[in-house]
Amino acid sequence: MRPLSFVERVEAADRLPSTKGKTMTQYLLSVHGPSEVWDTPLEEAQPKYEATGRFNDQLKTTDAWVFVGGLERPETATTVDATGNDVIVTDGPYAETKEYLGGFWVIEAPDLDAALKIASEASKACGGKVEVRPFAGE
Amino acid sequence: MTQSSDLRAEIDRIYREEYGRVVASLARRFGDLDIAEDAAAEALLTALERWPTDGIPPNPGGWLTTTAGNRAIDRLRRESLRDTKHQAAMMITHDTPHEPTGPVEDDRLRLVFTCCHPALAPEARVALTLRLLGGLTVEEIARAFLVAETTMAQRITRAKAKIKAAHIPYRVPERDDVTDRLGAVLAVIYLVFNEGYLSSAGDDPVRTELTAEAIRLGRILRQLLPEEGEVAGLLALMLLSEARRTARFAGGELVTLDEQDRSGWDRSLIAEGHALVRECLARVASGSAAPGAYQIMAAINAVHTDTHDHRDTDWSQIVALYDQLYAVSPTPIIALNRAVAVAELDGPDVALAIVDSLDLGGYHAWHAARADLLRRLGRSAEARAEYDAAIAATQNAAETAYLSRRRAHLVDPSI
Amino acid sequence: MTQYLLAVHSGAADYDRSLDEMQPVFEAVDRFNQKLVADGIWVFGGGLERIEAATTVDGTNGQTLVTDGPYLETKEYLGGFWVIEAPDLDAAHKIALEASEACGNKVEVRPFQAE
Repeated sequence: MRPLSFVERVEAADRLPSTKGKTMTQYLLSVHGPSEVWDTPLEEAQPKYEATGRFNDQLKTTDAWVFVGGLERPETATTVDATGNDVIVTDGPYAETKEYLGGFWVIEAPDLDAALKIASEASKACGGKVEVRPFAGE
Repeated sequence: MTQSSDLRAEIDRIYREEYGRVVASLARRFGDLDIAEDAAAEALLTALERWPTDGIPPNPGGWLTTTAGNRAIDRLRRESLRDTKHQAAMMITHDTPHEPTGPVEDDRLRLVFTCCHPALAPEARVALTLRLLGGLTVEEIARAFLVAETTMAQRITRAKAKIKAAHIPYRVPERDDVTDRLGAVLAVIYLVFNEGYLSSAGDDPVRTELTAEAIRLGRILRQLLPEEGEVAGLLALMLLSEARRTARFAGGELVTLDEQDRSGWDRSLIAEGHALVRECLARVASGSAAPGAYQIMAAINAVHTDTHDHRDTDWSQIVALYDQLYAVSPTPIIALNRAVAVAELDGPDVALAIVDSLDLGGYHAWHAARADLLRRLGRSAEARAEYDAAIAATQNAAETAYLSRRRAHLVDPSI
Repeated sequence: MTQYLLAVHSGAADYDRSLDEMQPVFEAVDRFNQKLVADGIWVFGGGLERIEAATTVDGTNGQTLVTDGPYLETKEYLGGFWVIEAPDLDAAHKIALEASEACGNKVEVRPFQAE
């Protein structure tokens, strides 16, 4: 996980071809949807749940897996603001939008191509578009 | 004076020729496109300082790569001293030497796949390819695509930032993916060519700097992937189109294939294009993969350029090739081009029925084709309206001039 | 125990802040993270790269369609988050409050569905 410092890279550059190991990056694979998605009848959602369950089980056997979770509907959100003198707790999400984060995976991959491959399988399994975002390095 | 400006031009030519190779090599070594580009620019400054007195070295590309590499190392040492905490995200993910690698190991090939990565916006792919592989300046690319230089600079900066932050690999894709990914690379090169061949905007009907650059990129790719039929097909297609470039315009007006002065065609480009098409045909005949769209389009252009007189064109072969092309890529635009060929074989009435069935209203070439068919059928009033629609839909001055002339020559029975 | 998402949203301006300005925030977040780990409630935490690095993948129609950019263009995006484990919402709120103090931003608390 540790990025190479410039010095190490300069040294590595002088020893070609490089044999240094692959640095891994964490990626967020997120799925979004309008709040009506949470009203989908169970019979309709069942096949997607099952496909996603199979995908998760498979992913958990690989080194790529870090975390997975599906969120409760956005109406269950609370926003906490402790940046001022008083703590303000408000019912509801941070911002009202048309679509909300529905759930996500955190994976670890050597590069974007590997992350996109996993995202493609995730998208097939859950039946939604998947947004892929890298986490900032340590 | 002349001598020094000649030398400057020669250095500029070498620099542009070698730029992609220098940047690609440094990007692999240092894992950072900005470092690679900055070092290449510093190497140019050194060349401009030394070559006038020392002379141009025997291997200028190697000299530039070595010099740029040294500059990059100097810079990294300086920065690591100045800021010991500085840590750069690695863009490069090296294949280990034992891993089965892509078709050819070449840094420029890695670079082109990075520049044309599907996770980058299409316009960013074009800009990055021209900048990093083609060595065009940001200003030149901005001018070619008629956008402000700051907009283009931002587009390139943003794309490079994404490559770094999202860790887009610097690698030739594995064999399973190479065909898909190669498609994106070829699309970028063909887009650059087409933007030059029939500009969608601006005062120049043809922008030779873009057609020439696309062909140069096509030749590089052909050199890197000599076994890929579609790479040969795209290069042949561009060469056979480029060969007719000067004959396509006369007095600021577009000249269609049937009216072109064929003695103005570039015979050496045609010969080169034909040789590539023959090579593709031989490869297909030997049972390897079925030809893709670029090879078929090249074959169509080979048939067109095979005769010295438009009337000798083998239209049945052209229609057959369009059938094949439509099977590979069933788009209404290909159906439209096929209909134009059908008109020569089966008559304008048959072609018009096909054209009318296509949902391409608002597309200038659809209106132009329809206008021409109506004209040939003697339906002048309808043809006139259709020429008007075509003129309204095109932004190319030479095409407007051609359409206006055709429209003016309509025989109008009502007058 | 329930898992909760503590999400922080950021706009472009947040990413443009200088390192000097961000240093105290990084340090406060780091201390908060260490406390979460020590208390055994930490599941995951991370800060995301700016939204321009996002790619969207659509594998729902047989083939995979890859496009540059986020799923939806909005003014603010998820900038980073924690996943924590808490017995109930009150406990989650307490942690969210500390999180908000540490990162200097509003924190949205959302429960995960039970497996």
